[in-house]
Amino acid sequence: MLETIWFILWGVLWAVYFMLDGFDLGLGTLMPFFAKNDTERRIIYNAMGPFWDGNEVWLITAGGATFAAFPVAYAVMFNGLYSALLLLLFSLILRGVSFEFRNKVESPAWRALWDACLVVGSFLPALLLGVAFANIFQGIPIDKNGVFQGSFFSLLNPYGLAGGILFVLLFLVHGSLWLAVKSDGGLQQRAASAASRLWPILLVVAVLFLAYTYVATNLFDNYFKIPILWVLPLLAVSGLLLIKAFVAKKAWWGAWFASSLTIVGVTLFGVAGLYPNLLPSSIDPEFSITAFNGSSSQLTLKIMLGVALVMVPIVIAYQTWVYIFLRNKVTEKDLLY
Amino acid sequence: MDVVMLSRLQFAVASLFHFLFVPLTLGLSVLTAIYETRYVQTGDEDYKRAAKFWGKLFLINFALGVVTGITLEFQFGTNWSSYSKYVGDIFGSLLAIEATLAFYLESTFIGVWAFTWNRVSPKVHALFIWLVAIASNVSALWILIANGWMQHPVGYVLRNNRAELQDFVAVITNKFALLEFVHTVGWAYVVASFFVMGICAYHLLRKNEVDFFKKSFKIASTFALIFTILGVFTGHLSGSEVAETQPSKLAAMESHWETKQNAPMYLFVMPDEQNERNSVEILPIPSMLSLLAFHSPSAEVKGLKDIPKEERPPVSLTFWSFRIMVGIGTLLLLIVIFAWKNRHGIEACPGLLRILLLAIPLPYLGHEVGWIVAEVGRQPWIVYGLMKTSDAVSTLARSQVLASLWAFIVLYSLLGLVDFYLLAKYARKGPQPAES
Repeated sequence: MLETIWFILWGVLWAVYFMLDGFDLGLGTLMPFFAKNDTERRIIYNAMGPFWDGNEVWLITAGGATFAAFPVAYAVMFNGLYSALLLLLFSLILRGVSFEFRNKVESPAWRALWDACLVVGSFLPALLLGVAFANIFQGIPIDKNGVFQGSFFSLLNPYGLAGGILFVLLFLVHGSLWLAVKSDGGLQQRAASAASRLWPILLVVAVLFLAYTYVATNLFDNYFKIPILWVLPLLAVSGLLLIKAFVAKKAWWGAWFASSLTIVGVTLFGVAGLYPNLLPSSIDPEFSITAFNGSSSQLTLKIMLGVALVMVPIVIAYQTWVYIFLRNKVTEKDLLY
Repeated sequence: MDVVMLSRLQFAVASLFHFLFVPLTLGLSVLTAIYETRYVQTGDEDYKRAAKFWGKLFLINFALGVVTGITLEFQFGTNWSSYSKYVGDIFGSLLAIEATLAFYLESTFIGVWAFTWNRVSPKVHALFIWLVAIASNVSALWILIANGWMQHPVGYVLRNNRAELQDFVAVITNKFALLEFVHTVGWAYVVASFFVMGICAYHLLRKNEVDFFKKSFKIASTFALIFTILGVFTGHLSGSEVAETQPSKLAAMESHWETKQNAPMYLFVMPDEQNERNSVEILPIPSMLSLLAFHSPSAEVKGLKDIPKEERPPVSLTFWSFRIMVGIGTLLLLIVIFAWKNRHGIEACPGLLRILLLAIPLPYLGHEVGWIVAEVGRQPWIVYGLMKTSDAVSTLARSQVLASLWAFIVLYSLLGLVDFYLLAKYARKGPQPAES
């Protein structure tokens, strides 16, 4: 029971991370395409400025919760995905420092350097996270000792890459919508038109990915066993359609929420399909790491559940307050970065 | 080098580098909060400018501290997966608690604080930086409880081929961990206050903004005095705790080979690890080691020769790191006494100001070598007495770790240089003029 609760919590933590940092990663990737001059570039940085750090903590917590609740899964996953994971972390480092470093020196070359770091440091995590999760959905080659028998390049298989492309597109739309929320004038128009133009591509990729998932993974097994779960992919699909509807009405906040719903729906769709596996083995289902054979002791799960039940709502409360408090559009006069 | 050694080096690079930024974050957040609080209390614009000026340096430093922390958390899985499986039940939960309890708060409100000058009342704005300061210190508490468990594991039971949690309260009230916390955080405040005093000295020597920097200096010197004294005191307590719980570390710290009662302390020692002796031992203080370690001159102190060779830490590195740490601590205590005594007329003491400027790196160095004593001195154990480092490593190809180690070194060096350059640039530039 506790294992199942933690499995759900684990999925939720990842979903919230993708929903929040997703817009930073997408907007960071698109920054040079949106901004026409240095002021506009700065507006984009400042649109993410107060939020990106708090958003990234959801990744740390998702990692930490994996470690705490499912240490075996944490060990096997991080060991197996060594190179991909370190590449992800290095990218996030570049992304993070570019905020603080960029505006500290006036030279255009200096700023161009950190802009490049922001783009690479935003794009690569989006891609790698998608590749990693698609590989997990599909199953990774772990043997009976939990040793990963593939390589970095074996992760770049067709289904893995499809997952990467899906994540990148989800985040690009999400980031464009965030900029539409946070900016005005030409910048907002460019962001809005990017979201409109990316949307059909996302729709096609999402549908293809869903079909490919049916062929390449066992995720749908759970859905035929427990039909109520269909509500999750349905959330994702309705989110996707709502994006279109809100964009047509130029209701940017609504569109951004719809996009959040899509991301959460997609993540939970995958996670629910995985259950009870955290890391299905593609060599032999017997070798899979599950919420039951990979979990911590009952006592640890209980204590951690207590911590999570108290702290996560508090975190959500103050982070929500911050988003509401700093909801205004970024203008030229309140630029910090 | 094998995967174990490469992974150890990588962890050392990652944590020593991370640790260049953490102490300043811990201390400067509190100092900035104090300056801003003074502004709220007195309405003196200089304190507002101080909070902004030191806060800006804080942010430049914070950026690297925060991004290099994530690689540490994830390295337990990437490079030490056997360790993670074996102790994740306890260790993993401590890291997760740290994130939910402290890290969210810190990372959320640092952004709010930076972006809301003049948008909220001064009181509320000061509250934001206090939340950051409290959260970063709470974060240190949980990290050091986790490290303290590796140093002195308590509250666990061996079951299902791993260490499982048995007594959570014992884990979070582990005396070793709590001492480690007050010692590490106390010295972090020393790092920050010497950083502030040194930069004040730079400007005071140039007669730049004398009033402004004197105000910053007075608070920082008092802060430095309190925490240097506390740091020396908690250092002593931590040493006694090590003597109780980690005899092999104590013996290596002192390069103490023969088990004896009334163990003396030598002021000058040259360890000779190969021949299991010291090639030089001069100026003994009789019974001093026994007294310091166990508070009794006749107490027996275990020598390295009574510890199996395969359970001894590297002696020279531990020994010299410890000596340097103690030397720096003593020197800083001397400097801070003079600095504090002269705090009201500090601008008229150019010699002392020059010393203070040159002293900025000293507490940093002390922190780094202190960490080496704690971690290298614990070897060959990753969890003292429970699991060896060599059994903790992941299944990885040597080439993978070699590549990532070099990536760490190159990336961190470049970012370190940039951060140092920016800190120096903005420290030299001085505060912004008051808003009209």
